[in-house]
Amino acid sequence: MKFLRKVLDKQAPLFDKGGPLEAFYPFYEANDTLLFTPGEVTKGDVHVRDALDLKRMMITVVIALLPCVAMAVYNTGYQANYWISQGATPLHNWQEAIYASVFAYDPTSIGANIFHGFLYFFPVFLMTFLIGGHVEVAFALARKHEINEGFLVTGFLFPLTLPPTIPLWQVAMGITFGVIIGKEVFGGTGMNVLNVALTARAFLFFAYPADISGDAPWIAADLSTAADGASGATWLAQAASVGQAGSDVFATHTMGGEQWMQSFLGFIPGSMGETSTLACLFGAFVLIATQIGSWRTMFGVVVGTTIMSLALNGIGSETNGMFNMPYYWHFVVGSFAFGTVFMATDPVTSAFTDKGKLVYGLFIGIMIVLVRVVNPAYPEGVMLAILFMNMFAPFIDHFYIQANIKRRLARHGA
Amino acid sequence: MASKQKEALIDPLFNDNPISLQVLGICSALAVTTKLETSVVMSAAVIAVLTLSNLAISLMRNLIPASIRIIVQLTVIASLVIITDQVLKAFMYEISKQLSVFVGLIITNCIIMGRAEAYAMQNGPGMSIIDGLGNGLGYSIVLLFVGFFRELFGSGKIYGVTVLGDWYQPNGLMVLAPGAFFLIGIFIWMNRVWKPDQIEAE
Repeated sequence: MKFLRKVLDKQAPLFDKGGPLEAFYPFYEANDTLLFTPGEVTKGDVHVRDALDLKRMMITVVIALLPCVAMAVYNTGYQANYWISQGATPLHNWQEAIYASVFAYDPTSIGANIFHGFLYFFPVFLMTFLIGGHVEVAFALARKHEINEGFLVTGFLFPLTLPPTIPLWQVAMGITFGVIIGKEVFGGTGMNVLNVALTARAFLFFAYPADISGDAPWIAADLSTAADGASGATWLAQAASVGQAGSDVFATHTMGGEQWMQSFLGFIPGSMGETSTLACLFGAFVLIATQIGSWRTMFGVVVGTTIMSLALNGIGSETNGMFNMPYYWHFVVGSFAFGTVFMATDPVTSAFTDKGKLVYGLFIGIMIVLVRVVNPAYPEGVMLAILFMNMFAPFIDHFYIQANIKRRLARHGA
Repeated sequence: MASKQKEALIDPLFNDNPISLQVLGICSALAVTTKLETSVVMSAAVIAVLTLSNLAISLMRNLIPASIRIIVQLTVIASLVIITDQVLKAFMYEISKQLSVFVGLIITNCIIMGRAEAYAMQNGPGMSIIDGLGNGLGYSIVLLFVGFFRELFGSGKIYGVTVLGDWYQPNGLMVLAPGAFFLIGIFIWMNRVWKPDQIEAE
């Protein structure tokens, strides 16, 4: 380690003010602080210094995300292999060309599933970091500030929210839009109003709906040759389309306990990293234990979803079966768990005040259920609900801060 | 051209643009800009109405009683808008159908009312015409910018002619109103990078 420190220190003068590579100081700084805790000492009147800087915080979130990444890789491969073994046709792309030369389409082989999923997940992941990272560095150099780690978590979250068959150029466009319009125009990391990964995804969702919604994109295989009745739509979308027709998959037990467990574990079609509630629960545990994610926000979302779905169960509907969707099903389908644990708790875009976080989460939960059940256009509402409440987070904080000021004024006299 | 006239004509283009700095007339900029053609026609209609209303109101400015001036201004603008609407219906029926209600809504476009109230009521007819033309052009620049990119990225065409071939997958967001919002935002961003004095103090 001493050697590494020496190497870095030796290069330092090159990047200092007046040095020949001054313009590239952000590069040096980024690598230096990635390897070593910054040695700066607090100046002025402040005496408390937490070892937790932005970099450690982001790394913790990445660790919390690892089970979701693992599940993304495995389930993407498993879904493709499963459906191909059921009669679906492999897609015509380079991934399948490589895969077919190494493994057979066998859903029981763990190695085959992982390799198959990796071929789809990794290019998306790489593209996100390549393009998003360069946009980030370009802005850091132009604005002469240090490259920070804000992009690290965004770069992990974004690929996990995408379907496996997403075209790579769309990944590049989405992340560029997210980083520039979602973050940099507001002043960079920590200044953004909307969650960057969700902004990027929302852009793709509205710009190229055919590649990120409907039946086709969720499984990396062509289902048209599979058995009759096979559908590549997400379970939530399937329930919604049956529900809008007036029937109720939950009452008729087409979706019962066995399916619930399958959905909970995450062996269902969907966006790559979002299918497994169990993996997200692990992430929630890490985030809450390290106090990086707020349990209040997560709790708020869960309570909001429960209340709203119970209310809609009570109201009932003759024409829309989704009204009968039980709250415990809301928890395990779509991106509920992923959004709640990793997106809603984003410290920059959520509410800051403790009570504000509860209210903020509560309304996200309510909005999720409303979009899922009442809006026939969108089967899933997690992304829209979180983006919507992102905009109201400063507003919620404002009320709690004003209330606090008022209370203290009353206590201590004006 | 004397510098005062030049300023009245040029200033509204980028220094004091009615849309990007004053943030007026946004709703028509979102509504009619999905295609370049409608943007052009709408721009022409607004330039015509704005110039003529500035002229008419400037000529009448000493006769209008202050207490009912808004009503008089509205009457003038409404008459001009109705004439414009009829002309479009007579000679460009297809486009007038696409613009639908938004030609009529020029009456409520804050830019026209704002220039009448802020400029034509205080200045002579010559200067008022130039001011109307300048502000109309400022409005048009944003509309054409937005219309150009929305049509190009939203349907791969420029002025109805396909320029991006079959390989191009149209961007659905550009056709939706939020696409126009993003483009206007980008216009404001570029405008402020070029002219930093427009950035408000924190």
